[in-house]
Amino acid sequence: MNAPAFTTEEVMTVAAARMLKNGAVCFVGIGLPSTAANLARLTHAPDLVLIYESGPIGAKPHVLPLSIGDGNLAETADTVVSTPEIFQYWLQGGRIGIGFLGAAQIDRYANINTTVIGDYRKPKTRLPGAGGAPEIAACAGEIFIILRHSKRAFVEKLDFITSVGHLDGGDARRRLGLSGKGPTAVITDLCILEPDPETKELVVTHLHAGIAREQVQEATGWPIRFAAEVRETAAPTASELEALRDLQRRTAEAHGRA
Amino acid sequence: MAELTSLRDAIASLIHDGDTVAMEGFTHLIPFAAGYEVIRQQRRNLTLVRMTPDLIYDQLIGAGCARKLVFSWGGNPGVGSLHRLRDAVEKGWPHPLEIEEHSHAALANAYVAGASNLPFAVFRGYTGSDLPKYNDRIRFIRCPFTGEELAAVPSVRPDVAVIHAQKADRKGNVLLWGILGVQKEAVLAAKRAIVTVEEIVDDLNAAPNACILPSWVVTAVCHVPGGAQPSYAMGYYERDNRFYQEWDDIARTRESFQAWIKRHVLDTEDFEAFKRVLRESARREVA
Repeated sequence: MNAPAFTTEEVMTVAAARMLKNGAVCFVGIGLPSTAANLARLTHAPDLVLIYESGPIGAKPHVLPLSIGDGNLAETADTVVSTPEIFQYWLQGGRIGIGFLGAAQIDRYANINTTVIGDYRKPKTRLPGAGGAPEIAACAGEIFIILRHSKRAFVEKLDFITSVGHLDGGDARRRLGLSGKGPTAVITDLCILEPDPETKELVVTHLHAGIAREQVQEATGWPIRFAAEVRETAAPTASELEALRDLQRRTAEAHGRA
Repeated sequence: MAELTSLRDAIASLIHDGDTVAMEGFTHLIPFAAGYEVIRQQRRNLTLVRMTPDLIYDQLIGAGCARKLVFSWGGNPGVGSLHRLRDAVEKGWPHPLEIEEHSHAALANAYVAGASNLPFAVFRGYTGSDLPKYNDRIRFIRCPFTGEELAAVPSVRPDVAVIHAQKADRKGNVLLWGILGVQKEAVLAAKRAIVTVEEIVDDLNAAPNACILPSWVVTAVCHVPGGAQPSYAMGYYERDNRFYQEWDDIARTRESFQAWIKRHVLDTEDFEAFKRVLRESARREVA
């Protein structure tokens, strides 16, 4: 057998990109979400609207932004508004269909920690903090989360809930008065997970090609559940891979990391 | 009316020990030169407010200027951690740093409330998050009309706001464009405002809806070309991503940080001298 022609990281990014439908309005976090969202825009979803919390609405960057406020986002946007306006009119105003987030840690109900490892007042590791995520998680129509799968990331109990997913499961979001659906998909470099319709616990619905169930369990800090029917994630197409690699090459050149 | 003055004079007369200072700029137009001058003049016990502390507050915190930090996302964008901020929070070096931590939506709303002369901001936020458990300045109130529960945070009312902008005219009217962040709100929320600019021109030639801060809401305007580097100023220069990456090494240890601050900031007379020494350092690295 030849080595696969793509990496699991590429499968993750492509799988996430495919979930973004053409014409959707997506509030994008920096890093992996931004990569997937821009790949979607450059492939099947040219009219995907990308909104970044720094103010650009309808950004169409030529290269991936290194920071949330890169000039390329402003130059290519339909309009640039102030940061208060982004959060007040556009996010809180209910204009965002999809919030696309990354995470340092996640639990079985897709709650997210980006604040601290260890005790908040005596932290073992201080992470950057909330940014826009708590309100994106609360106000967007639905949430996609993308992160690499590991035992350090998929934990039994979060040290800190920065942004709420399905809290303790079931109808918790409704009880909290949250309008959006919350996390509907978690995309990793091993698999795709979706919340159980009733309990809201994350279950594996797709495994990437060549990934065994044991590998997912090995990289998850709780006994992971699998859907009754687990499918294989469709492999990236040649054109998707080409678009992704071109984007990453352009980005590396632009940011002086070639 | 804004006074056109040197950055040294502006910092000396307008920022005092113990002040609450908001140096804003969301990735774009971060007033770095003003931050260096605050370090140079060795201000102490400042309460620093900023949505994204970025390198500018990493420097001020490491240099011992801050007593408290109010913030909502504290990383080195695109690179990783702010090591001086982490050292202060995790190890109390150079001295313990009190933190008041929010989300972006909360702080953005708090600046708007400050500019609007309101005591607090109200918004939909923090639901289900643990942040309210650790920050008692996040509270929840009931809407008097619908009974809905909403989040409330106190407004930000800084003693001094510091921002960088592209242009000012000779009267001190200020024009900025591109990613605007919360700069306008920060200036209007503050008692005093210092604006550093790339250029001073005869006529701003601004469109009717441009972001203008009239001279009479600004206290001092300082001509400091390059004053937002290593962040960027749209229309003038790009973000110095390489420096943001280098900062990861510079700030990683206390010794390398202190050596950098001494050589580039404490031992230089002003921002022009700083730029000269920084260029020498870059040349030395290449050689």
